[in-house]
Amino acid sequence: MTQSVAVIDYGMGNLHSVASALKHVGAGEVIVSHEPDAIAAASRVVFPGVGGIRDCMAAIRQLGCDRLLQQVLTVEKKPVLAICVGMQALMARSEENEGVECLGTIPGEVRYFGDQHRDANGERLKVPHMGWNEVSPCESHPLWQDIPPRSRFYFVHSYHVVPSDPSVVAGTFEYGVTGCAALSQDNLFATQFHPEKSHTAGLTLLKNFLNWDGKC
Amino acid sequence: MALAKRIIPCLDVDRGRVVKGVNFVGIRDAGDPVEIARRYNEEGADEITFLDITASHEERDTTVHTVEQIACEVFIPLTVGGGIRSLQDIRTMLNAGADKVSINTAAIHEPELVRDAAARFGSQCIVVAIDVKRVSEPNDPPRYELFTHGGRKPTGIEAVAWARQMADFGAGELLLTSMDRDGTRDGFELTITKAITDAVDIPVIASGGVGSLQHLAEGVTLGGADAVLAASIFHFGEYSVGEAKAFMADQGIIVRL
Repeated sequence: MTQSVAVIDYGMGNLHSVASALKHVGAGEVIVSHEPDAIAAASRVVFPGVGGIRDCMAAIRQLGCDRLLQQVLTVEKKPVLAICVGMQALMARSEENEGVECLGTIPGEVRYFGDQHRDANGERLKVPHMGWNEVSPCESHPLWQDIPPRSRFYFVHSYHVVPSDPSVVAGTFEYGVTGCAALSQDNLFATQFHPEKSHTAGLTLLKNFLNWDGKC
Repeated sequence: MALAKRIIPCLDVDRGRVVKGVNFVGIRDAGDPVEIARRYNEEGADEITFLDITASHEERDTTVHTVEQIACEVFIPLTVGGGIRSLQDIRTMLNAGADKVSINTAAIHEPELVRDAAARFGSQCIVVAIDVKRVSEPNDPPRYELFTHGGRKPTGIEAVAWARQMADFGAGELLLTSMDRDGTRDGFELTITKAITDAVDIPVIASGGVGSLQHLAEGVTLGGADAVLAASIFHFGEYSVGEAKAFMADQGIIVRL
């Protein structure tokens, strides 16, 4: 079955990578757009994000991507994959840029790792959390299919999401804190890591997303 | 388990071809960058760094095109550096498919560019490249300064203070190259590597001088680097990235296998 994917473009940088990775794993058509008609025509939606949260939220609101996403998630109920800052934007609030109100799709907040961040043994940890870290899935979800537990994915972030309801956490990473690597709620799956930059494990996750019916 | 230490093959590209010189003299042609990037991707490289050493500005369109091609096929992070002078240059490379952009000489001439770029595009995509040489006499306390123009032009800027300043300005990562060692295959300059990794809270990539797998491991174990970069040991098929990772894992270094 040919899958068409809309990658929501709110003008915050390079969506080339995610679009080419989706094509690579078999997406029939990948549309990069913020036009409601183009998004409505696609069978599934990717909500990416890079850069600072304040500029991202401003762009999301200015282009009406907040309403668009709400429509896709709750009315059309299409499978949605949010990535990195796209995941963070779903939370109620972020500490970044002196505090920014976000979409509130998922109750909870986005917190800074902190200066002088250390692991349990007192070893200094660099911030941003940049590189390949292990992800432990919390549940069997269709998007984890064929991905061995503790596979490494590529992360690059200084802030991490803390959902109010721990049951939405779909996978964790260890970096001084047990962080939320992925979350899932109904037809929404979100990752803090970049599947489009995570080689085999990441491409497998994207392929699983193309085959996902949006049910847990 | 902790974050894996990264192995980053570097492509020095001149007019669309991968080259690698000894101290930037005596350049050997090593091939097509897209083909080489694809091979490193398959071998398990954690990232790829693409340094454009093309002298003329007119030929930089070739670079953009090559970056686009690599980004279509390689699903690991891609850093592009060389000749990045403005926010527009950064935007061009990010739009072509780079995940990070490395700023070198322009950061020295205009440090505010780093601050502006981090604010605009996010620290995660701003790498500051620091090319250093030891300037102190052998028996004096070590002092390293920044050099430009492939190590020929001194700036008088002390390296550790500069690294701290760039981190404060919002750099997400530092790419530290010893110009004394680059191309020599004598191993990393570990003294300055350790000094800088201790001085900043952002990740540091060690570069310059790798001639063996032991050198790669030392960059991490003795230099404290978060990632190690090498070119020639991988280009000419001496070692694969997979062999390098297996060696490092044997030394107790956490790598992505």
